[in-house]
This record gives sequence, C-alpha cells and structure tokens, in this order.
Amino acid sequence: MATLAHKTIAEAREGLRYGAFSARELLEACATRCTTSQHNAFLTFCLEEAQKAAEEADRHWKKGAPRGLEGIPLAIKDAFCTKGIRTTAGSRILEKFIPPYESTVTQKLREAGALFLGKTNMDEFAMGSSNITSAFGPVVNPWKKASCSAPLTPGGSSGGSAAAVAAHLCLGAMGTDTGGSIRQPAAFCGITGLKPTYGRCSRWGIVPLASSLDQAGPMTKTVRDAAILLEVISGYDPKDSTSAAVEVPPFEKEIGASVQGWRIGLPKEYALEGLAQEVRDLWERGACWLREAGAEIVEVTLPSTPYALPAYYIVNPAEASSNLARFDGVRYTTRVAAEGLLDLYEKSRTEGFGAEVKRRILIGTYVLSAGHYEAYYLKARKTQALIRQEFLDAFKQVDLLLTPTVPTGPFALEEVPHDPVTMYLNDVLTVTVNLAGLPAISVPAGLTAEETPLGLQLIAPPFQEGRLFRAAAVLEDCAQFPYWKEEA
Amino acid sequence: MKDVWESVIGLEVHAQVIAQTKLFSSVPTTFGAKPNTQVSFVDAAFPGMLPVLNRFCVDQAIKTGLGLNAQIMLVSTFERKHYFYPDLPAGYQISQYQHPIVGEGWMEIETEIGEVRRIGIERLHLEQDAGKSVHDLDPHKTYIDLNRAGVALMEIVTKPDLRNAEETVAFLKKLRRTLRYLGTCDGNMEEGSLRADVNISLHQPGTPLGTRVEVKNVNSLRFIAQAITFEIARQTALLVAGQPVEMETRLFDAQTGETRTMRNKEEAQDYRYFPDPDLPPLRLEAAHIAQVQAALPELPDAKKKRLRTTFGLSAYDADLLISEPEFAAYYEETLEALLKGNNHRELTSHEAKIAANWVLGDFFSHLNRTGLSISSTPITPTRLAKLIHLILQETISGKIAKDVFALLETEEGDPMEIVTRRGWAQVTDIATIEALVLEVLAKETAQVAAYKAGKEQLFGYFVGQVMKASHGRANPQIVNAQLKKLLG
Repeated sequence: MATLAHKTIAEAREGLRYGAFSARELLEACATRCTTSQHNAFLTFCLEEAQKAAEEADRHWKKGAPRGLEGIPLAIKDAFCTKGIRTTAGSRILEKFIPPYESTVTQKLREAGALFLGKTNMDEFAMGSSNITSAFGPVVNPWKKASCSAPLTPGGSSGGSAAAVAAHLCLGAMGTDTGGSIRQPAAFCGITGLKPTYGRCSRWGIVPLASSLDQAGPMTKTVRDAAILLEVISGYDPKDSTSAAVEVPPFEKEIGASVQGWRIGLPKEYALEGLAQEVRDLWERGACWLREAGAEIVEVTLPSTPYALPAYYIVNPAEASSNLARFDGVRYTTRVAAEGLLDLYEKSRTEGFGAEVKRRILIGTYVLSAGHYEAYYLKARKTQALIRQEFLDAFKQVDLLLTPTVPTGPFALEEVPHDPVTMYLNDVLTVTVNLAGLPAISVPAGLTAEETPLGLQLIAPPFQEGRLFRAAAVLEDCAQFPYWKEEA
Repeated sequence: MKDVWESVIGLEVHAQVIAQTKLFSSVPTTFGAKPNTQVSFVDAAFPGMLPVLNRFCVDQAIKTGLGLNAQIMLVSTFERKHYFYPDLPAGYQISQYQHPIVGEGWMEIETEIGEVRRIGIERLHLEQDAGKSVHDLDPHKTYIDLNRAGVALMEIVTKPDLRNAEETVAFLKKLRRTLRYLGTCDGNMEEGSLRADVNISLHQPGTPLGTRVEVKNVNSLRFIAQAITFEIARQTALLVAGQPVEMETRLFDAQTGETRTMRNKEEAQDYRYFPDPDLPPLRLEAAHIAQVQAALPELPDAKKKRLRTTFGLSAYDADLLISEPEFAAYYEETLEALLKGNNHRELTSHEAKIAANWVLGDFFSHLNRTGLSISSTPITPTRLAKLIHLILQETISGKIAKDVFALLETEEGDPMEIVTRRGWAQVTDIATIEALVLEVLAKETAQVAAYKAGKEQLFGYFVGQVMKASHGRANPQIVNAQLKKLLG
C-alpha cells in the first residue's frame, strides 16, 4: 500500500503546497516505516528533532513562505557530521562521537527546511562496495533475486542511504562518493544517485575517506528529485579551500528539456570482459533511447581506463591512511585502557578499526613511504592526470558519456567476495569519474534476469551537472523502471 | 696539514609568525593564555574539519623572504608531514616540503674583525606548530595544551656558510633583528618564538663536506655558542683519532653544556610527505609581491647607513641605536620632535649627535635602572626632545638638564614647566650677573688683591664662586665676560 513515504520529493512538495497533507503526517509516515524496517539502513534516528522541524515546516507552509525543502524527510549518511547527533562513519572508533558542529551540506539542507530522520549505515569510513565493512552490520538491499531469498548487498559505501530511499523509508538521502559510493549502491537498489563535480559541494564537516576524491551528493527516487537536492547543497564554502566559486544554475529546469542534437559518447574501454551480457544489452538500450530522443551516439576512446583502478587503489589508501591518523584514542575517539602512549595507540586503533580500514592504512602507509613514493603514489597521480586529460579531450567531441554503472547486478551478502581485489573490481566503472573530478549520475534503467536493478551512468564535463539531469531524465522516461514494492 | 679540520655550520631556524590568528584556523595566538582556551575544532583535528590558509601569514612570509633578499615563489604547495604524537592532533603537520614559498636568498653579517660575510639562505617555508605536552604536572599523566597547535611558523634554512660559534651567533642576532624590524617575528627566544637547530660538520679544507650532526633543543644564543664549541671539539677529537662522526640528531643539555645522542640515522623517521589534498597550491601574483615589497620597512643595515651619512653618527653609536627596532624608533621620534620644535629647520649633525648621546646615555641607563620599557616609560620622545631643546636654546645648562631628566621620571609636565617650577632657568641677564660678580668680588677682597698682584689662576676660583652664588644657574660665558671686565 502506497503511503506518504512512497512519494517523491517533487510530489510531496506539491502535496504540502496544496495542503493535501502536513509535514507532520509526511514525517509520521516515514518514521513508522523507518522504525519497523528490517534493512539495518539506519544507525541512529533523530525523530524528536525531526518532529520539531516538521512543526516548524508546517508553520512555514501555513504562512505561505516555504523554503526549498520545507518539510521533506531525508536520511543522511553517517559520514556527515551532524551537531548533537552521533556520527560514526560506520566505525567502532567513532561509536560515541557526537559532533559539536554541523557539516555545510547538512546545514544547507536544514536551512532549506528538510527534516532529518536519522543517520544511515555505511561501509566503515566509506571503504567498501557492499556494506559488509560497517562495524554495525551490513544493510540489506530491499530487492531480492527472483530465484532465491538470500539477502542481497545494497552496494556501498552509501548502502544505508540507497536502501532507505529504495524502501521508501525517506523521500531522499545524502551520500558521499569517493569511487562510486553513491552511484553503485544507487544502481544496486534501483534509485538515482548523483556524484557532483569535485568542488561543487563543500566537504566541510564530512568525515573524509580520500579528500581529493570525496564529494557529497543526492540519492533519490527520481532524477528531478536529485536536481532539487543538488541545487540546495551546491555552492562555494569559504571553509573548504577545494570548493569551487562557480555559479549554481537552476538544475530542475533541465528536466524535460531536449537532448536533440547532443553527441553522446560510448567509451569503448568500458566494454570490459567481466561485463555481464545483460549489462551490455542495457547499455545498448540506453544508447538507443538517447538516439531516439534526437542525440547522436559516437564511440570514443579513453585509453588509460585500465590503469584507473590501480591508480585509485593507491591514491585512495594514501589519503585515507593520512586522514585516519587523527583517530588515535587521544581525543574524541573510543579510548582503550592502555599502558603508555604506544600501547594506547595500538589498542585504540586495533579495536577501533575493522579489517578493511587496517588494510588501507597499511597500503597507504606503504605507498607514501620513502623509496616507494615515486614508484606508487607519484605514478598514480600522473595516471590520474592522464585520465582527466583524456576525459577533457573526449568532451571536445561529445556532450556526455554513457556507460553502465556496475558490471553486474547486486549479489548476495553471503557471496561477497573475500578477496579484496575482486571486490575492488566492482568500482571499475565508477572510479575514473572521481579520479577526473567529473560529475556523473546513475539512473535505474532495467532489471537483470534475476529481476534485480541495473543502472546506467552518464558522465559530464566539470560543472555540467545540468546536462546530466537533462539526459538522465530522458533515460528515466524511456526505462519506465519498476520501482521497488513491498511483497504483497 | 692533515690534521687541520674546518667546521661547517648550517641553521634551521623556526620563527613564530606575528599574526592575530593561527595558520589554518581563526583562533587567536596570544602567548600565555590558559591551556586549551585557544583551540578550534580544526586545531584539535576533529573529523571533517578543513584547514583554510591565513593570507596574513602568507604576506608575513613574503615580507620575510624579501627582507632576506630571497626569491618569492609564485607557486608553492602545502604537504602533510606524518608522525604520531599526542600534541599533534591530526597525526600530521601541514608544512611545505617540495615547493616552499620562499627560495634562495642571503643576509650579510659582520664578524668581530669587521669582515663582512654573505650567508646564503636556502629556503623559507610556512608550517604549523604542534601543541605542548606537559609531563611534569603529574607523575603518571601527560597533559596536552593545544593553544600552540596550528600557530604559524616560518622555517628558515641557511646554506652551510657559517664557520664557527661567533659567526652563528652574529647571524642569529642579525636575523632576529631583521625579523623584528619586519614585524614578522617577535624574536623572543625565551618564549620559544625563535628557535634554532644547528647542523655541524667538519672537513679538511679542499675536501667534500663531512658527516653532519644536528643539534636540537638549544634555546638561547649562549647555549648555541656552547653547543657549537662542544660539538666542534667532540668531532675534532673523533676525526683526529681516525674515528668516523656518526650522522645523528643530538640534544643539547643546558646543565652540562654538552650534547648527547637523541636518535641515530637508523631511527630517523619516515614522515611520508605528500601534498595536502585539502589545500590547493598557493599561487601568488607578481603585483601582490611588488606591493609587499613597496611597503617594506627600512631594515637595520639601511637605517645604520642613513644615520651615519645623514647625521654623522659614529659606527658604534649607530649600531647601538639600530640594535632593536624600538630603540631606533625612539631615537627617530626624538629627532622628529626636535624638528617640530625647530619649526622644521633641518637638524644639524651636532643636534642629532646630542640627541644620540641623550638616548644612548641617560635614557638607556634610565631604562636599565627602572626596568621600564620604551613603551611604558613616562619619558617619551617628545619630552626628551623638549629637554634637549632647552639645552640647545641655552635655557638650562647641561648640568641642570641632567637634574631635569631625572625629574621627568616622576614629575608630570613639559621639561620647561619643571624648570620653571624649580626656578632653574639659566640666568643670562647681564645686569643680574654683574650684580652677582660685584657681590663676590666685594666679599673676596684678599683674593682680588692677590689676583691683581698677578695670581691669575684665581680667575677660575672667582667663576666658581659666582656660579655658586647663582645656584648654578648663571650662564658661564657671561660670568666669564663680566669677571674679565670687572677685574680689569
């Protein structure tokens, strides 16, 4: 049965405007679903604060002076520091951390009138593509395979946000994307996920994974909703020196506009060996839809693509190992009783961090150490520069690129590969975008033979998110994706 | 000459930048504040906090670079230097490694025998200071004070151009003076705002440089001289005995005046430097550097030259006057005030010299005696200038002036008011003096007779008697003239 929680942001905005329901009713519908959900999508709820915010939202609606997201219930990935609300980043070491400040992105959402239902589960420090590295147990994908009922991975690291949106626990959610952490779970859970251009949104107050790759972005039921949220969270922030002082255009206007005459590139290097046939077929279908909408489809080449994953898995752990050095048991982290300083560090970090985090600290420390820096880190940086340049060159010929988001559909949580390298391969189609600092969107576009979601990815030149919305809306329209429904 | 060993010395000087706020956060930097009261979430390395570069500190570094005749780099980068310590909250220090803001430069020093030597500057870079670990408050605990964490430092590295303790001390004195003139560092070694690590090696003339030893923890010029002398003797003894000098870091022990091993080469840390992804490269405009250059204050060497050529001051006097910027400023303000009292008639070198004598003599001993500073003494340049003016105008004699000067310490008002209050103005009225002379001569009939009989050396006696009768106020020239006239 469809509830108010099943609405999109755009639909809810209309309903609130015409008084069909109140923000309190909308919140109530979401809260009920949240608290009875079995997906382990949330780590912390903040429903009391949301209740107060909903009352205020109703007052604003009544006065006829609503803000952009007045009364819209959202879920926030637990990587965003939220003032007075526990923020764990999925890690044991921050289990009790209550930030005394609010991240810029969530502050902007609050100021636009959004309600926060709670903080969503994630891979520990956003390191993972299947949600199994969360210290608090993995999120369960609302979707199931047709052939068996084993719980599926929601993808990662923003698995909690993706599952919460897909299962209609909220109207939209915030994620962060370092190598695909918004787009891959969006694809696995059958929702829209957008990774903005590096610098489009402030990183201030987000627990970082790899600072040069991280971006916050919206995870929503529709492309329009993603545009609505991105407009709110974008903009230069003097507190983040890497945020860009560029204009934020009205993204929502792009929805429904024509792609007539656009050139869409299909990078041939993305036709990987490991790409499932049904994924290849979907990719072709996507190209057809855009061609039918008036765009020209051309093949392009991005020759350095095969080096993206190795480069990514050097830059990411290098920065992560450095960013994680502050979690030392001395200040806000969980402190383990110890004899002396070294013991304090060792015990706090041994108990506080999970296996994947430790692995990346080791790799990162290794690639930055004297004698290895040139061979690994520097080479990875050069590769990254090359990848970016190839993208920019490709964008001289085409307006957008179209690729699949993931090589396969979601797999069962119990089938998550133990070998980290196999696991890392899941990011193969998404990491290039982060390395190049580009914006990209994943749109749910079809189902596997097992009736699980698949996504298509559109990639745009820097700060051309508008193009993404326009073309993604076309794909969305053509795909007529069957959104997740409760089993009867 | 195979046993002739020459010492080679280079310095790494850490100078705390004079600035209202820290290098990457906006909290104040006042020395001596209560522990942990000047700490932001950035300084304490809370999750998601980002550094924002303080542009004032950048200008201070540019100023210093220009003052050291150095090249200002249009592009420089910030890097992370990693090590674990509780007073380094992020687990890394933000510093500049590969691309410092200031490149090569030089500064000239004068040795004791008057030889001018040009000492090369290798580089200057900006970095953050760490906090302070306090180990002696409790036998079982270490306390951390983060007030200093994040305060801006300039690390100034010299080339190995210094040859001995005397030159090193001369260099540091000159550097300190230059920084103080520039207003970029207060040079206070006791409070630790200027600290130096000394690199010392020995070699035989004409052969490559020897193995260098770094001496840390030397916090006064006297200790630096001691440490160098000790190290030269220690290394010479080793080399003469045919033993190698180990490459190591040594600590200076102020108790014994000796140095001892702190860590050897094997224990050297791997800091895993890499570009800080939170801070884009720092780019400077040539026009901005030119602006800073144009606003540079007059530096000690130039000031000394000007004082000598314009006013004919001796090298010794000029050196004393420029030794601290406050002294020079006091002297020049005194000249300025004199100029005003003169209706802006240009000062003669005689007048400037008298002013120098007063500043270097009575004024400095006044400061020494009272412990007052230039900013707190009631004897302002204006008051001193007015006193000097009274002497130049012959309103009071030099002797009376010294008494008036002493009263300036305790009494308010202009020197003239003090003179009037005390009735100390010099008597220049001829009739009054003539009356005094007649009075003396009338009393001293026997001496007058003796004088007239040819005992001419009694003239001085008469002068003394007249001066005494006038309480020291009679103008001596007029007394002389009147005596000569009346004694016939």
